[in-house]
Amino acid sequence: MDISFVIEKFVLVAIIFGISLVIAMYSTYAERKVAAFLQDRLGPDRAGPFGMLQPLADGLKMFMKEEIVPTNSNKILFMVGPGLAMLTACIGTAVIPWGSAITIGDRVIPLQVTDINVGLLYIFGVVSLGVYGVMIGGWASNNKYSLLSAIRAASQNISYEVSMGLSIIALLMVTNTMSLKEIVEQQHGWHWNVLYQPFGFLLFIICSFAETNRAPFDLPECETELIGGYHTEYSSMKLGFYLFAEYINMFVSSAVMATLYFGGYNYPGMDWVLLHTGPVIGPLIGTAVLFAKIFAFIFFFMWVRWTIPRFRYDQLMHLGWKTLIPLAIANIVITGLVIAIVEKF
Amino acid sequence: MEPLTNKKKVLIQKPLTFSERIYLPALTKGLSITISHFFKKEATIRYPEVQREMSINWRGMHSLKRDENGRERCTACGLCALSCPAEAITMIAAERKPEEKDLYREEKYASVYEINMLRCIFCGLCEEACPKEAIYLDGPIVPSDYLRKDFIYGKDKLVEQPLEKK
Repeated sequence: MDISFVIEKFVLVAIIFGISLVIAMYSTYAERKVAAFLQDRLGPDRAGPFGMLQPLADGLKMFMKEEIVPTNSNKILFMVGPGLAMLTACIGTAVIPWGSAITIGDRVIPLQVTDINVGLLYIFGVVSLGVYGVMIGGWASNNKYSLLSAIRAASQNISYEVSMGLSIIALLMVTNTMSLKEIVEQQHGWHWNVLYQPFGFLLFIICSFAETNRAPFDLPECETELIGGYHTEYSSMKLGFYLFAEYINMFVSSAVMATLYFGGYNYPGMDWVLLHTGPVIGPLIGTAVLFAKIFAFIFFFMWVRWTIPRFRYDQLMHLGWKTLIPLAIANIVITGLVIAIVEKF
Repeated sequence: MEPLTNKKKVLIQKPLTFSERIYLPALTKGLSITISHFFKKEATIRYPEVQREMSINWRGMHSLKRDENGRERCTACGLCALSCPAEAITMIAAERKPEEKDLYREEKYASVYEINMLRCIFCGLCEEACPKEAIYLDGPIVPSDYLRKDFIYGKDKLVEQPLEKK
């Protein structure tokens, strides 16, 4: 392991971290703009041209706010909560392949921080860890509403993780690998997994909505019942971290969906483009395509949020346990049957 | 009990059909409705930069008019103050001096003319009462301010700009 390898990885990590923060920042802006356009309004347009500086203004406002720590809260956990939420949101980006390898001179630089052979399990684990930030924050606040919200978040995540895992198993039967890099390579051109697993994708996207606490599954933040949810007691940048982590989560799960089901950086006609643009520009075009897919998913997240009302809690549990899990198991069985039949003939 | 009217209607709640229960058709319908709004023209008007055109009988801030020679039309008869249901108008009359002949049209004029914009209800009765066609509510929206005293508009704010000298 030479020193240039370490530098290369550090640069890559820094770039990915920066990009995910900027995207999360502008997701807050995009959310307000999309909401406005869907409701025949204009949205923020005062700070800078088209309101482009609005996230900066919001961030500045968050920094300037008074920091309040409730007297009877668990001080240490109260501090740890938002940090943990941010951390678990960010580390998911490590295994996502952002593009095919760039060749500069005789050096091949893969656009992926690490290609571990259990990438899929890693993603799955990190997404599950995301609930700890919410749990710890809600518990440490020493507030009934926060605690209720934390419990809701935890039970919601547990319920939907099961069906998410089951829908991934069906995908695994198609791909035969857990390495995200190999999964993406298999989807070369237009052989996207969504064409082989449309139903699995539907289950996966529903579970993603639930795992990221987005509408219509945003019960932990249900204002009418729980004031602000788990971040009721938070103020200043700690609150900012929680809100930010939600958007990073959305970015990561959009990236995961684009990678697993929508071919990652693959697109029809990519061989021709790679041949004509060279070893640096070609892979970067693939990366741009991946980001276009991610943005499309983020837009879909927002579009759904401003369309569908929130579920009731019993409906949420009913959907999770009595509908999605049987469907996911049925999906596994059918996938297995089809694979067996295809291999036989 | 015997129904008093024949409007009684028995509501039958039908069980949900399969397409209703799987929720997805309704969901796609909702999504298509919201996305159609995405491309519609927004109703917002960027207010300070863009102002909506007022209707022809819009009543805004008052202006005290001048005649064709640039003289103030108001003769301080007090009919506007009398007609005002909100008692927003006060004035002090003064006699015109010979050298002020091209400033005021009548021999008597209002040396002080004040309208309290917080009291005014913009009914337009002063406009109707005026025999000299001296006051019209044809101005813009009265701007907001911080102090009550700043809402009492004197002649400096109310009188129309003098005509261009030929």
